Amino acid sequence: MRDAAGLIEAEKNRDIRKRWLLSLPALLIILLAATGPLLIVLIYSFLTPGPYGDVQWLPSLDGWVSVALERDIFDDTLSLADAHISIFLRSVTLSLVTTLLTLIVGFPTAYFIATRPERTRELWLFLITIPFWTNLLIRTFAILEVIRNEGLINGLLMDAGLIARPIQMLFTDGAILTGMVYVYLPLMVLPLYASMEKLDFRLIEAGYDLYATPFKVLRKIIIPLVKPGIIAGSILVFIPALGAYVTPSILGGGKNMMLGNLIELQFGQGRNWPLGSALSITLMLIVMAALLVYVRNAGSQGSRHG
Amino acid sequence: MARTFSIRRQRGFTAIAMICFFALYLPIGVLVFYSFNAGQSLASFEGVSLRWFQKAFENQHVIDASLRSLQIAMTAAIISTVAATMAALATTRTEPYRGLTLKYAFINQPLMIPEIVTAVALLIFFARIKTWTGYSGLGYLIAAHTAFCIPFAYLPIRARLENMDLTLEKAAADLYATPWKAFRYVTLPLLWPGILAGFMLAFVISLDDVVITEFVKSAGQDTLPTYMLGQLRRAITPEMNAISTLFLLLSIGVVTVFFIVNRKRV
Repeated sequence: MRDAAGLIEAEKNRDIRKRWLLSLPALLIILLAATGPLLIVLIYSFLTPGPYGDVQWLPSLDGWVSVALERDIFDDTLSLADAHISIFLRSVTLSLVTTLLTLIVGFPTAYFIATRPERTRELWLFLITIPFWTNLLIRTFAILEVIRNEGLINGLLMDAGLIARPIQMLFTDGAILTGMVYVYLPLMVLPLYASMEKLDFRLIEAGYDLYATPFKVLRKIIIPLVKPGIIAGSILVFIPALGAYVTPSILGGGKNMMLGNLIELQFGQGRNWPLGSALSITLMLIVMAALLVYVRNAGSQGSRHG
Repeated sequence: MARTFSIRRQRGFTAIAMICFFALYLPIGVLVFYSFNAGQSLASFEGVSLRWFQKAFENQHVIDASLRSLQIAMTAAIISTVAATMAALATTRTEPYRGLTLKYAFINQPLMIPEIVTAVALLIFFARIKTWTGYSGLGYLIAAHTAFCIPFAYLPIRARLENMDLTLEKAAADLYATPWKAFRYVTLPLLWPGILAGFMLAFVISLDDVVITEFVKSAGQDTLPTYMLGQLRRAITPEMNAISTLFLLLSIGVVTVFFIVNRKRV
């Protein structure tokens, strides 16, 4: 009896060993070329910048201090680094507004797709998927074409005689926002659609039978049921928006920086790798916090529905 | 039928959806339209011409960057799909075992970290290795791309595996198939659509990458996206539109195949 149990146990252990061996290549590649290097960033954030980039192996907290503070060159006193603070605030605000706008546009769109008949639904879904698969750089370039001074909007307005000189839209926060909403919209629609597809319309019918108005049905039935999709979509938009680099650097120009550009600057002209590293870790921590909120919410959602 | 329609209806939703689709396609449409512009400027359309496409095809930088992009994407997609298939086989259709959750977290990790952070990390790490080994080839870019492609390749393969019928493999084993034969003749053919979908997803993700490539590449290793990024920051000519149009066509082609492959599943 014990032998049989031992045999099963041994078989199980062999199976688990085989499974570790099978997953080893994927784990090793990710450890070497994605996760492992993050530890080095953490170490670098506590070192001293080298004169031509890179670092000197002298421990220092300056990288972290300069994330939010700046040292006066004359009397060494510390004060709040307004430039960094405003970039942090801009990044968080723009990302939150982007998330909100994509939700406002994406929700009705996903609902529209989910309520189409089976046959045409695939086509609408396909139309959302194409921009999703199209290079982000190309989509940013497409927005650039529309809003630049010689672009579509200014061209049309000037031809119509409504304005004499082009309106400066490029290199503003509004341009970054437009671009981010445009490029991240499919990331919102797809998870929303996934949860709306499973929507039980009998519940909505029951709502109407109980004399609910369409708005009440939306607020009390549809939105609570698709909440997991709303949260998933918001996370999928918020995280890349917060770390966005391409879109703000093309549409925002050098003045309207976001966190991603500030980080890049430290590794380029700024030659302050420790500060760049500290900023990267900070960005990662904000993202982790957002993910934690997501896991908490998704968890409570799961337990409520059994 | 009219009744079911009315309960699904929400006032204004269809209008917003239409505006959304219009807004998604208008900028892309403008971009494609101006790639056929005969004139030099982006402001006015001076008749249809293919001169910018011709110019792009004659531009050695564009050709080199495109070939490099394809080479990296192909290599990274193949390696990541093989690794992801093995990992998917190792993490599905089992009772939970120690370390399984850790594996999930690890494989999906590249999705959770902002790209710019990974880019910076790889810049630092690879700069060290470059000075130690003196090697500065395409290997770094391929390694980086393979790593961030793995979670994308893993997702469809895992989904496919989880919906697969276990009894077929058991039947094969009952008929004295060796584990390898059962895998080769039963599991693999059934899994194939998932693997293909994973491969294509990985291929497109690699082809589209800008940020990580921009940080990891050595001098003279521009891919098509990083070359375009450089051009966009300088002067923009309709040649950029022509390149974008071609790139767009490639993406649409891959999505269409992806859609068809995924539909066959049912």
